[in-house]
Amino acid sequence: MNNITLPSPYKILQILHETNAEYTFRVACDDQVEHGQFYVLSIPKIGEAPISVSAQGPGYVEFTIRKVGRLTDGIFGMEQGDTLFMRGPYGNAFPVESFKGKDLVVFAGGTGLAPVRSMLQYFSSHPEEVSSVHVVAGFKDRDCVLFEEDLEKFKSVFHTIYTLDNTQAPGFETGFVPSFAKEIPFDSFSDYNVVIVGPPVMMNLTARECVKLGVPEEKIWVSFERKMSCSVGKCGHCKINETYVCLEGPVFNYVKAKELLD
Amino acid sequence: MGYCITSGRMDEIFHGLREKYRIFAPKQGKQYIRYGEVASVSEIVHREKSHFSPKEVFYPIVQTLLYFTDTECRESTLLDEREILLFVRPCDINGIRRLDQMFLENGGRGDNFYQRMREKVKFFLMECEKSFETCFCVSMGSNIAKDYSVAFRFPKEEGGEFLVQVKDEAFLDVFGKEKEWAFEPEFIMENEKKVQVPDIPSRSMVKEIHALPFWKQFDDNCIGCGGCNTVCITCSCFDTTDITYREGSRDGERRRIWSSCMLTEFTTMAGGHSVRQNAGDKMRFKTMHKIYDYKRRFGGENMCVGCGRCDMRCPKDIHFSETIQGLSEEVERLKEGGHQDE
Repeated sequence: MNNITLPSPYKILQILHETNAEYTFRVACDDQVEHGQFYVLSIPKIGEAPISVSAQGPGYVEFTIRKVGRLTDGIFGMEQGDTLFMRGPYGNAFPVESFKGKDLVVFAGGTGLAPVRSMLQYFSSHPEEVSSVHVVAGFKDRDCVLFEEDLEKFKSVFHTIYTLDNTQAPGFETGFVPSFAKEIPFDSFSDYNVVIVGPPVMMNLTARECVKLGVPEEKIWVSFERKMSCSVGKCGHCKINETYVCLEGPVFNYVKAKELLD
Repeated sequence: MGYCITSGRMDEIFHGLREKYRIFAPKQGKQYIRYGEVASVSEIVHREKSHFSPKEVFYPIVQTLLYFTDTECRESTLLDEREILLFVRPCDINGIRRLDQMFLENGGRGDNFYQRMREKVKFFLMECEKSFETCFCVSMGSNIAKDYSVAFRFPKEEGGEFLVQVKDEAFLDVFGKEKEWAFEPEFIMENEKKVQVPDIPSRSMVKEIHALPFWKQFDDNCIGCGGCNTVCITCSCFDTTDITYREGSRDGERRRIWSSCMLTEFTTMAGGHSVRQNAGDKMRFKTMHKIYDYKRRFGGENMCVGCGRCDMRCPKDIHFSETIQGLSEEVERLKEGGHQDE
C-alpha cells in the first residue's frame, strides 16, 4: 500500500534571500503544480508544515518561507545541495482557466503574495490571455517587500498599486490593502475575477470592501492558511465547520468562504 | 452459535487464544480503568465503564511513524504482527466506525499507520449489564452494535458461567466444543440520561449558533485541559513532531501524538496566529463537530456515540450531555424567534 504521508527527498538547488526574514528555496522537482497548491515540507528533527508554491519552472518549484516558528527556523539553516523532505502537491488551485479572457484583480498582503506569484508570473508572460490585470500588493514596511524583480516586471505589464502599511518610500503608496479597493475600475470591466490572499483580517476587510463596491461575491476567490499536521484529511487541525481546508481548499470562492466560521 | 462456559474453562480458552492473538480489555489501574493486555478473564473490569476508550489499543497516544537520516526516510514497522482481540462495548464499536471514517475514508485515501493496526482488530463485545451513570447511547442511536466476532455475557458472580455468542466462523474452532446454549446479547434500550440532539434545520442557522451567548459560560468553566478529547472514542485529531537522537545529528524519528481541539495550540501556526482563543469558542467547535459537522459531511450518523466518558473525566464537572441538551434548547428558541432559511 502506497503510504500517503511518507515524504520523499528533494535537492535544494538555490536559496534566495528575499528579505532578512524571508528566503525562497528552489527545489529540484518535476511535478506539474497548479497555481495556488501547496506542499508539506519537513526538515528532519523539526517537523512538517504546509507551504505554498511561490513559483515553478522546468525541473523546479519554489517555496518562500518566513522565519517564524520552529519549522521555519530549521529550514533557514539549510544550504544549497541539502536534502529537503516533502510531499505533495496538495489542495485545489485558483480556477485560472476561467480567469482567462477576463479582467483579473489580485489583492495580496505580505507573504500572501507567494501563493499568487506563480499565477501572476504566468499572466505577465502571457498578457494576451487576460483582458487586464490589476495588482494591489501591501507590505508592512520597505524591508518587508518581497519579490522585487517580479514587482518591477508586473509594474510594466499590469496595473499595479504597491503600498506600505504605515511608512513612506519611493514607488509605494501608504495605507492598508483594503483601502485601495476603491481605486479599481470595477465598473469598466465586462467580466472579471478578484483574488484576495493575505492575513485573515486583511482578506475579510478587502472582500467586504469589494462587496460594498458592488463586486458579486461569486467573483471573489480567497486562499486560506491553517495549521495542518497531515494535509490529507486526517489530523483535524484545518477543519472549519464540515470543511477540511487541506481537502476542499486552500482556495475557496467567497460565497463558501464567508460561511466558514472558525 | 451460543455457548455456556465456566470461568475456569474460559481461562483455558484465553490461554489458547494468546498463542495467536493479543487480548486487550479494560483493566483496573492505580487510578483509572484503562485498556491493557490481559492474560486472564479475571483481569477484565466489566461491572463498570472504563475511564478511557479502547482506541489507544490500535491508535496509540504516541507512535513512531518514520525514521530519518540525512538523506533517507523510511516507514516504521510494527513490533508485533499478531492480531488483536478487543473487548468493547456496543457504543465503542459504533465509535470506532467513526474513527474508521476519518482515518480510512476522509480525503479518499486511507491512513497507513491507522490501517495497519486497525485491520488486526477483532471485536469481542461485552454486553452492558446496565446503563452506567453517564451513558446516553440510546439518545445518540449507538446502543446497538451488530458488527462483532464474539459476544460475551459475564457471570453475575465471580467464578460463574459465561454466555457466549460466536458470529465469526474463525472462532468456532475455539468455542465450538463447549456446552451449547441459546444466547444473544441484549442491548441497553433506555438510559437514565436522555438528551435531545439539536435539530438544526439548515446550514444557514450555523451562523446564529456561532453567535449564541450560550457558549460564553464555558469561558469561565472550562480550563481547556483536553481530557474530554483524550477519553473520547471518536476523537481522532493528532499532531506530528520530529525528534533527533542526539545533538548535531539529523538521525531521528517522526512521532504522531493525540491532539485536542480544546488546546489553544491546536490551531496555532508558525508566526503565532490562531483561531478560537476562548474556551467557549473551542467548546462550540467540539460540540458542533460531534453533533452536526461530521454528520453533515459524511451523512447518516452523528459523531458522538454517547459513551459519556468525557462527563466522567472533566475536572470541572462539565457534562457534554448537558451541553448537547442546552444547545438543543437554544436551537428551538432560535426557531421560535423566527430564524429565516436563506
